[in-house]
Amino acid sequence: MSKINELFNSKLNVINVGIESFKDDLSQQNATVTHLEWAPPGRGNPEIIAALDKLEDPALAEKIEAANKLAVERIVNSQPVLIGFDQAINVVPGMTKKTILHAGPPITWDKMNGPMKGAVTGALVFEGLAKDLEEAAELAASGEITFAPCHEHNCVGSMAGVTSASMYMHIVENKTYGNIAYTNLSEQLSKILRMGANDESVINRLIWMRDTLGPMLKEAMELNPEGIDLRLMLAQALHMGDECHNRNVAGTTLLVQALTPYLIQTSFTVEQQKEVFDFIASSDYFSGPTWMALSKCALDAAHGIENSTIVTTMARNGVEFGIRVSGMPGFTWFTGPAQKVVGPMFAGYKPEDSGLDIGDSAITETYGIGGFAMATAPAIVALVGGTVEDAIGYSTKMKEITTTENPNVTIPMLDFMGIPTGIDIQKVLQTGVLPVINTAIAHKDAGIGMIGAGITYPPMEAFEKAIIALTENL
Amino acid sequence: MTVQVLIKTNTYFDSVSLMSLSTKANQIEGVEQAIIAMGTEMNKEVIRNVGLMTPEVEAAKTSDLMIIVKSESATALEEVEELLTKKKAPSKGASEITYATIKSAAENIPDANLAVIAVNGMYAAREARKALENDLHVMMFSDNVSVEDEIKLKTLAHEKGLLMMGPDCGTAIIGNVALCFANSVRKGNIGIVGASGTGSQEISVRIHEFGGGITQLIGTGGRDLSEAVGGIMMLDGIKALEADEATKVIVLVSKPPAPSVEEKVLAQIKECTKPVVVWFIGGDEEKVTKAGGHFAKMSKEAALKAVLLAGADESKLNKRPLNIPLVEEVRAKLKPEQKYIRGLFSGGTLCDEAMHIAMEKFDNVYSNIQRDPDYRLKDVKVSQEHTFIDFGDDDFTQGKPHPMIDPSTRMERFMKEAKDPSVGVIVMDFVLGFGAHEDPVGAMLPAIIEAKQLAESEGRHLEIIGYVLGTELDKQNLDDQVNKLLAAGATHASSSQNAGLLAREFVVKGE
Repeated sequence: MSKINELFNSKLNVINVGIESFKDDLSQQNATVTHLEWAPPGRGNPEIIAALDKLEDPALAEKIEAANKLAVERIVNSQPVLIGFDQAINVVPGMTKKTILHAGPPITWDKMNGPMKGAVTGALVFEGLAKDLEEAAELAASGEITFAPCHEHNCVGSMAGVTSASMYMHIVENKTYGNIAYTNLSEQLSKILRMGANDESVINRLIWMRDTLGPMLKEAMELNPEGIDLRLMLAQALHMGDECHNRNVAGTTLLVQALTPYLIQTSFTVEQQKEVFDFIASSDYFSGPTWMALSKCALDAAHGIENSTIVTTMARNGVEFGIRVSGMPGFTWFTGPAQKVVGPMFAGYKPEDSGLDIGDSAITETYGIGGFAMATAPAIVALVGGTVEDAIGYSTKMKEITTTENPNVTIPMLDFMGIPTGIDIQKVLQTGVLPVINTAIAHKDAGIGMIGAGITYPPMEAFEKAIIALTENL
Repeated sequence: MTVQVLIKTNTYFDSVSLMSLSTKANQIEGVEQAIIAMGTEMNKEVIRNVGLMTPEVEAAKTSDLMIIVKSESATALEEVEELLTKKKAPSKGASEITYATIKSAAENIPDANLAVIAVNGMYAAREARKALENDLHVMMFSDNVSVEDEIKLKTLAHEKGLLMMGPDCGTAIIGNVALCFANSVRKGNIGIVGASGTGSQEISVRIHEFGGGITQLIGTGGRDLSEAVGGIMMLDGIKALEADEATKVIVLVSKPPAPSVEEKVLAQIKECTKPVVVWFIGGDEEKVTKAGGHFAKMSKEAALKAVLLAGADESKLNKRPLNIPLVEEVRAKLKPEQKYIRGLFSGGTLCDEAMHIAMEKFDNVYSNIQRDPDYRLKDVKVSQEHTFIDFGDDDFTQGKPHPMIDPSTRMERFMKEAKDPSVGVIVMDFVLGFGAHEDPVGAMLPAIIEAKQLAESEGRHLEIIGYVLGTELDKQNLDDQVNKLLAAGATHASSSQNAGLLAREFVVKGE
């Protein structure tokens, strides 16, 4: 029987695209109908549609599919393990005493926004390269300081992402593929360097972190030759209600539980140990950077696969939002303007106080957690302005732009669906659906700090530029 | 301005909820500043910094919830407190999963079998291709799709054994479900393949009225029988209906096909084991008969032939013959200078049929859809002699909804024609069914009444013929629609064919 005759003999099950009243008419007739949340591909831009069409040419599409399959396999199979802590100068490739790493795509001092400038000057004071913030600003502008994106040094940095030579870093090794990723330590919330604050209390905390917290963590992990399997811990944290970008209470508990037996064996005094435990307990965010390093570690393993359209980096410097795509090896950034973050704010602050979207933390969404795993964290649905249903909606929607599900990290509320993994720029442009990012809001001015949290999206331009470049490259 | 403080001991809210609550609290009228926070040192610090510290706040413990409101209003604190207990309306259960692309919908809904595509023509071909690639049959309502794309899509569909109805296909009924613009008709044993939407609607409605019913109504889109497209969908449609056990009789509806395509269709009719009724508006009887088909010159005739071939008892049918005494009566009322018909149609095929009926007796019949360029309206906004206008044609739909949805353009034109003393008859269609206006006659009614009054005041009779295309099963009430017409003094025609015939006969002079 032909397919047409099969249709005559089946119950009609319609996918409706476009005019919504047709859906209502079909429902009235008891036909099963699904209305597509359709938008013109590539926002209707003929150049983008032509690029999408080119990539869909069967011969090319087959190559891309194979490349993307490989890329997501590498993300899924990556096993990032925390193997130690050390100062950036000792471990981060290319680090020098006068290098400042920052979040997002490349940016020069003069273009940096308030919080990033605040963090840079604070870091220069902390490093002893300037005696005060004023001198630090002059130094930063002098050209003597090398600025570079964290991402270009195997690192990620939360918010301003400012990382200097003597800061202690997580060292996370990919046991499957051998690459290593780094990120610095949480300063805990809110008036902190990474949020642009830089007064004496901030510098003093950084000094304590350098002299006590960092060395103690380093020594503890030296006592633990096995390292800590972060992926396993991440999977547990998600089952305990974290999405591991804005909610880290479970992950932090798990991490400190794994660290404690070693921390208490270090050469530090009980008093110092108590200081460290109190510090960790002072904010749920302690493990936030840890999950960023895990994500970076897995995604770096998937970068540079010829023909792949999978996004391996999403990062913001407070002015621009940049993405990297696996099929464009090295440090090719595609950028668009950083967006506003919309969400609840601390008492006393208003939306107009917000700095634009900033930080490398969107690496977590690139991996499939954070906003992508919103359904695991019903406790923080207020962030996305809504209901638990909305939270679930975010996670299912992200499936529309991703390639696979990661079976190692699952979402109980969605019948243990794996986290949506492998953002495909083709799908983003076809659907008009942008990756959703959970993130913090820094005050737009230097010196103040965190003032809220919410959700944001990348600019579509970044994906548009990426597909044009990729099409030209193929 | 007062500062009100409420400490709720041993009450826990997570920080994110508190931020959200604070945001809402600060929006309450009269509130200058509201802080809702747990009693941590950090939060107390914030409160101290904004100068709202009180001894109660100082004493709060980490496990206590602090509410501090600085406000002019005495009830502010109460209002803020309400926020804590306010519940959202219960949700309607699990959220509906939505899909953004045809591919992902098709992959996630394994039983999906057909895509209706009604997006801007710029994007429509791409979506249709995706649907076909995912083994979905396609009904493409979109127009402004290139012939090249149409050929590619139909070729792909043909290779995959799928329906590719359209582009520019407004009407189909598959498995008794009406798609886009179609009427509720009985299930039966007659299959239709139609290249014209309202033509197919008319046949299905007439079959229903004669007591028959429809198996499937396959739309092909208006260009299917052109030389370039080659009738791919109509040929596949005939084959599918031939193979369909439930279908006993097949009806084809179209404008006359391109000669080479006509040959292919006739060859297919010749091979077909089931009777095929052919209504090609203005088509050639001899060729059809030679191919073994059953030729119909007009729509009602086509429907009648189909139901008889399908086994209806002719003696029991009400064939709705033309009301000859009425023709005499109207002719007598019209003045000698009231010579012309003005046909104002929302359905293209209905317009075409009435026009062809008029052309049998008059040679001065003009239209925006005339095939002969000599009889195309020079200016579609200005009527000349006998004029038939299809308001669904591109001339009138640029940037406007179809007249079956939005009657405004036709209404304006109607008033203009009503004022013309050379006009004897205005004939109009009113299409019911899915997709169409909720009350098409009602929308036109004030204009009809006004026109009648105007003509009367000028001492002439204006004959208005309305044809309501629909069945008693349609969501708009057919009887109501007809009664509204009659009440306004219009003449109701019982079919598209009769509407055309009445209009023509009313203005024939001296027969």
